[in-house]
Amino acid sequence: MKALPYLLTKEYKQMFRNWLLPVVFILLPIAMMNVVPRIATQEVKNLTIAVIDCDHSTLSSRLIQKLQASEFFNLYATCPNYQTAYDLLQEGRVDFIVTIENEFEPNLYRTGGADIMVTVNAVNGMKGGLGNSYLTQIVMQYAQELSYESGAIMRRPVTVEPRYLFNAALDYKPYMIPALMAMTLILLVGFLPALNVVGEKERGTIEQINVTPVSRIEFILSKMIPYWTVGLFIVGFSMLLAWKIHGVTPAGSIGLVFLFNIVYVFTISSLGLTISNYSDNMRQAAIVMFFFIVIFILTSGLISPIASMPHWAQEATRLNPLRYIITAMREIYLKGSTFHQLLSQFIPLCIYGALASTWAVTSFQKNN
Amino acid sequence: MTDEIVIKAEGLTKRFGDFTATDHVTFEVRKGEIFGFLGANGAGKTTAMRMLCGLSQPSDGKATVAGYDVATEYEQVKRHIGYMSQKFSLYDDLTVEENLVLFGGIYGMPRKKVQDKITELLQELGFESERKTMVKSLPLGWKQKLAFSLAIFHEPSIVFLDEPTGGVDPVTRRQFWELIYRAADNGITVFVTTHYMDEAEYCDRVSIMVDGRIDALGSPMQLKQQFHGNSMYDVFYALARTAKRGD
Repeated sequence: MKALPYLLTKEYKQMFRNWLLPVVFILLPIAMMNVVPRIATQEVKNLTIAVIDCDHSTLSSRLIQKLQASEFFNLYATCPNYQTAYDLLQEGRVDFIVTIENEFEPNLYRTGGADIMVTVNAVNGMKGGLGNSYLTQIVMQYAQELSYESGAIMRRPVTVEPRYLFNAALDYKPYMIPALMAMTLILLVGFLPALNVVGEKERGTIEQINVTPVSRIEFILSKMIPYWTVGLFIVGFSMLLAWKIHGVTPAGSIGLVFLFNIVYVFTISSLGLTISNYSDNMRQAAIVMFFFIVIFILTSGLISPIASMPHWAQEATRLNPLRYIITAMREIYLKGSTFHQLLSQFIPLCIYGALASTWAVTSFQKNN
Repeated sequence: MTDEIVIKAEGLTKRFGDFTATDHVTFEVRKGEIFGFLGANGAGKTTAMRMLCGLSQPSDGKATVAGYDVATEYEQVKRHIGYMSQKFSLYDDLTVEENLVLFGGIYGMPRKKVQDKITELLQELGFESERKTMVKSLPLGWKQKLAFSLAIFHEPSIVFLDEPTGGVDPVTRRQFWELIYRAADNGITVFVTTHYMDEAEYCDRVSIMVDGRIDALGSPMQLKQQFHGNSMYDVFYALARTAKRGD
């Protein structure tokens, strides 16, 4: 291991002489931590509605006010007839059409019931479904209010009072931020190593290294360790940003966050180096790494929960290192899970790291 | 020059698929010799050299360099040789000194010795002012001299030079050969490929490869007699035009 300090000096010098890299190490975490949590939200808000009030009564206008007051809905227009509203929906100006029947108030007084028709634009199924349930909730509340007012003796209806654990405000940010940290890391310390060894192949400098008696382990370690330090810097920096910008801090131990990320960075930089070893040029390496990163991100549970995937896909995600780190990071950040509780994430990640690093060393060929 | 054999190739062959780049070449190089390895483009020189340097596995045949088998003991071979590749292969984004420190360190030379040698080397080359210069800003001729100095920096017993003077001006080429002679005087065996026939005349012995085989081997004097030529150019031309492979 005598050559390692010399090789490391070389790698660090090269890394910081490339002016772009240190800039990216700073800017990417800022972009990911500052901007993405604000925009990558699955909360459905600002749904637009058109109302056709055929009744024009006190009770119908009170309903419209309720809809307007909701944080989920914006009243876009009140339309004279269905066709006008439907045109608005076709044009994409409104998501919902609420039609109040023309005997709304009289029917309510007479029979205690009246009809409202809701037309939903369900191109985006989730938006349509969620919006519809918000709307139903508002109408139900209104109906209850009316029956109290009319003095009707009602049996106490069954109500569900949820208690939300770990993220009481059901805020999307503390859920996304820990996962986004893992994503930032794979984009930097997964991608850059993939371009590294192959870059030396393209420039021809690898020949001068291969003709020396340097050991493969030393050479690969000298490639890996700089990304390791950069990766841990990015973890710390991202945590600081998440805290300062969004007030999001881990409920669990910060040491545990670092422990997981040490293994994770080790794993993904090994994968990157392995791809680099097998590639003949940077373009090849970039495309292969890009392929893996996209698949890893989509199947990591970052966006869609793993539990709702088909069974075979759930099994396949076991091959995804991102899955373990994202699960662990969320558990540490939101639930404050302990090391012991996270062993089921830690052990597979360690096995993955051991295999990937062995592969990175053995796939580096000094003689072929 | 002694009679000790430091490079010995017997039937050394490299095939890529059904293309035989180097076809059963057999030769010996003696300690302290300057051995010229000539051939047209694509004749298989670089392939043969890469096998001797332990970068490439022979498909057939056998070779020993500094007493070690290139097929099995290639990491041992690497301890005893220096290599300068056809393509400039020092780190562009490191300074002259940083490159020398790096490779000195890789070969396990003590730090103090590396520093002393760098000072000595740069003085010899008249390079002192470039100690902290980024390699990428050096002119080509200087780069080549630096690459050569780096190849022998760790005092190997054999140095392999793959077209070291390609693209270099005549004055620098002459200086370059002075460096080669100096290395040979210090007992380093020099194995060099070149396309310049005047350079072939500087070698103690020369082999000429045609289509992967060695078709001629001997001192420049012997070869000129054998092929009835006035210069190495005539010898080379007589052999190279029999080649079937194009560029």
